[in-house]
This record gives sequence, structure tokens and C-alpha cells, in this order.
Amino acid sequence: MGRKFLMKGNEALAEAALRAGCRHFFGYPITPQTEVAAYMAKRMPKIGGTYLQAESEVAAINMVLGAAAAGARAMTSSSSPGISLKTEGISYIAASDLPALIVNVMRGSPGLGGIQPSQADYWQATKAPGHGDAQLLVFAPSSVQEIVDLVGRAFDLSEQYRVPAMLLADGMLGQMMEPVEFGPEAAGAQEKPWALVGTKGKRPPNVVNSLHLQPARLEEIVRERFQRYEAIKKKEVLLEQYRMEDARFAVAAYGATARIVKSAVDKAREEGIPVGLIRPITVWPFPEREIAAAAGTVEQFLCVEMSMGQMVEDVRLAVNGRRPVAFYGRTGGVVPVPAEILAEIRKMAGRA
Amino acid sequence: MAVIFERTEGLTDKDTHYCPGCTHGIIHRLAAESLTELGVLGEAIGVCPVGCAVMAYDYFNCDMAEAPHGRAPAVATGIKRVHPDSVVFTYQGDGDLAAIGTAETVHAAARGENITVIFVNNAIYGMTGGQMAPTTLPGQVTQTTPYGRDTAYSGFPLRVCELLAAVDGVAYAERVAVNTPAHIRAAKAAIKKAFQAQIDKKGFSIVEVLSTCPTNWGMTPVEALGWVEEKMVPYYPLGVTVDRTEKGVRG
Repeated sequence: MGRKFLMKGNEALAEAALRAGCRHFFGYPITPQTEVAAYMAKRMPKIGGTYLQAESEVAAINMVLGAAAAGARAMTSSSSPGISLKTEGISYIAASDLPALIVNVMRGSPGLGGIQPSQADYWQATKAPGHGDAQLLVFAPSSVQEIVDLVGRAFDLSEQYRVPAMLLADGMLGQMMEPVEFGPEAAGAQEKPWALVGTKGKRPPNVVNSLHLQPARLEEIVRERFQRYEAIKKKEVLLEQYRMEDARFAVAAYGATARIVKSAVDKAREEGIPVGLIRPITVWPFPEREIAAAAGTVEQFLCVEMSMGQMVEDVRLAVNGRRPVAFYGRTGGVVPVPAEILAEIRKMAGRA
Repeated sequence: MAVIFERTEGLTDKDTHYCPGCTHGIIHRLAAESLTELGVLGEAIGVCPVGCAVMAYDYFNCDMAEAPHGRAPAVATGIKRVHPDSVVFTYQGDGDLAAIGTAETVHAAARGENITVIFVNNAIYGMTGGQMAPTTLPGQVTQTTPYGRDTAYSGFPLRVCELLAAVDGVAYAERVAVNTPAHIRAAKAAIKKAFQAQIDKKGFSIVEVLSTCPTNWGMTPVEALGWVEEKMVPYYPLGVTVDRTEKGVRG
């Protein structure tokens, strides 16, 4: 066992990125993720890295584009309204096949919204991270330890598939303190023969570009990218199934909400309700196959989110009409308590 | 037979897509020649804009990136922070640099970001077919100022080099033109000096080049060259607005 540290989610996230070999961070202050930037500002100069506060979220994501094009492990971090500003750059990064890590510590929204935890950016992260046919690898941790474990994986897979990755957290995970353990330091960035480093007069120029004016050529490029998306869907789905072995009812939840659901599931089990939790850890790729398989034995599903109901659509698509899928959500920064969720579980089990 | 003029190594042999009489080709050549003569072509990384020069990655014979509209200085910043010893430049038009990308331009300058900006000012949006630019002159007719730019309604053109003269991070700023052989020679010297400032790590450098757009100005190429002299130069005076190349921006 390694050493344990008591750390805030945001700080653990930053430390994990450094240990994954990230040396280029570009950001802009926004609550509730500012500790990520502050940690980077403190540590980067000591280890020969770059922390740069950009003039805007738009500039920050484009600095990430430049650094990623130059071959570095680069990242930025923000919260909901800031992510909206970054969507232009995210689309270009995806279209230029660049690896990068974008962190969204979600807060109440739409608009300026609030600064309390939320999960209302699920659609943005998984369906429309920018204009065009594009996806991000989206990781949704539910503990500080899981944040740490997923950051390195996000960088690695992003480089392996040349698809940008997003860590989708929320204000609760960012702000909570938990003991964490760090794995061994990663080797850092993989070989990138396509990177912009200068030709040194020894090879033809490398070009990082997303413009393709011939429709047939653009279609071919998008289709090739979707082949990588298919490979990701096959190989990279992560989920946790909790007390699902004999479950007749299932709750689907991710991130911080899943922790609260877990307590509710335990209480329901004490009451004799055979319920379990399905927790997607990657929300794109989404665990469609696993949920479809569960629909073979589970009688009813309930999806719980800190939103008005976004992931529930993916659950319904996976269940494909075979079982009823109910929804319970709080939004605007309101965090549900176990008793509310337990009441919904009882309703599902006909024990209300 | 002796070769007295040939393609610079800094450009590929691809034919450009620019309209007849457009001076982008001259400006490309000056930038590429400067990189070659300074011996840094192999270290150069360029960033293209969105606008007429969007496909400049096909023409410059060095590593190139294509940035979102107006974001080239931010993309260049990311590249330069990863490779501080490379020679990083952006090549941007007036809409890209002085409208949608004003913040990126001013803040890259304010950081004293050690990059070089080649800023092509032709007082119009060329790629989209001739709309008002942030540098369109008062009274100038464009597709979106069909009665001439009315400053009471559409405001005033931006003088970028003068604006950046107020920014401490700028090591070198000069406005040049490419409408006569003498101006072209001066433009080449300015571009070379700007790249040299970067190589010597003096800070942000920018060369604003007054350029033509015969197609969207509705003129012959020769008339367009004359219009630069008669209309543009009086509003956008040629010359150096900042020179801190001696000591650099950080003294």
C-alpha cells in the first residue's frame, strides 16, 4: 500500500494530471473548479511546466489546441458556463484528431446558473461537445480516488485513439476531501510523429488542420474517426454494478449522485427490496450492452440525476422499451438526500 | 544558364488559390524568404487564420496549424510554450485579427508572447465575398456597407499598430505596404526584423501589411495598388510604432 493523502477533489485531480505527465495547463478562473488552476499555478513552475492564465475560456482551449498540436500532454479545466465557451475549440480539437483533457466541474445552470453541484451538462458532454459529428471520451468519477485513477487513463486513451477526453465531475466531488493514493508516475506522452515540432529540414511539413472543402474527403475523414469511436465503444466502457446479482429493480446514476444512491440502495435492501445500482463510469462510451443485459432480469429501472433528466434518455435507449424506466432528479444545485431516493425506490418496488 | 530568381525554399510548389492581383502571394513570399534567410525554416511553426489565407498551410514549407477564427495567437501561444526555441508565427487577416480575434491579439501582445504576427490588412472580408471589416475605411463601399461606411452608424476603423503601441509586451510593431517595389523591400526588412526579435526572445512582434483585394474592391489589380497609396496609407500611416528590440520588453 502506498501513502495516503487527504485531498480536495480538485487538488487531487491536478496532482493526478501532473503525475500523468501533464506539463501544460491553460485555464481561466471559475467556481467551483478554481483549486485546479491554483494547484497548477503553484506546482508547474517548480517542475518546469507551464501554467498559463488565459484571457478567456476561448483562448485557454485554443492554447490547449496549440500545445496538443505541438505534442504535449495538455489540459484545461472549467465549469459549466466556461465549458460552453470552450465548445468551439473542443470541436476543432476533435476534428484535428488531437489528444487533450478537458475538465468540467459542473455547477447549476443554464446561464450563469449557480455555483452548487449539478449534472446538467450530460447532454453537452456526451451528445454535443461542439458543432459537428464528434464525440469525447467522457469519464464520470464518483470519488476523489476515482478522479485520480481516471485522469491518467483519460490522457492515455486520448492519445491512443487521438480523441479528446473530458473528466465530467461536479462541484461536490471537486470540493470534498477524501483520502487518496497515487499510483506510480506515468511515462507521459506517447510518440507523436504527427506533432508540430519543426521539420528540422529532415521531413515534409506536418499539418494540424480541420478544414476539408471536398465533401467526399470530409466524409471519409469523419467516417474514419467514427471507426475509432466504434473501437472505443467496444473496448473502453467502464461501469460499476452494485448489488445487482439478484436485483429485480435497478437504479442508474453516475458521479456524486451515485454515492447517494448507494446509501439509498443499502437502506432499501435492509427493507427487503431487491434493488441494485448500475453506475456508468464512462458516460461516453455509455454502457449500453450492460444495461440491455440487465433489462433481461430487472423488472423496473429508475434513473437519478442532478438534472431534469438527461442520462435517463440513454438508459431508455439501452432498455429499448422492454422495461419501464422512471426518473428522479433535483436540479439548480440541489443535491438529493438518500431519503428522497429511497422513497422513489419504494415506489418502484410497489411499497410506497 | 545562371539562375537569377527562383522559388524560395520556404514555400511549397503548390499553386495558390488567391485571386489575380491579390498581394497575399507577395506577403507569403516575404515571410517564407525571411525564415529561410534567417536559417530557421526547420524550426518554424506557422498558424493559419480563417479567411482568405486559411489554406496557407499548403503554401508554407514548414510545420503548420490551422486555428479557429481569430484564435491564432492563442494557438501559437500553446505551441510556443511547448517549444520555446521554435520560431512560431501567425498569418492573419483583418477580420480574424482585429474583429473576432481582438482579445487573443491584444493579450498575446500583453503577455509579451514571443511570437511573430503577420497581419494582412486589406480593409475588407475577402473570403466571404467583401463585407465590412474592422479596418474598412470611412465611406468605403462593401457588401454590408452598400452606402459607404457611415461612422455615425458603423463606427471607426481600428489602427492596430497604434493600439498595440500602448501595450508593454510588444517588442516590435511596424506597418508596411506591398504596392510598390520600394514598399516591398521595406516590408521584407520589417518582417525579417520581427522574426529576428522573436529569435532573440525580445517579446511580441507584429508586422501589419497593407494589402489589396481587387476582386472585392471592384478594381483592376493596378487600380487596387493605387487605392492602397491614395486611400489606405493616409489612414494607416506606414512606419514603426513600437521598437523595443534593443533591450526587449522585459528590459
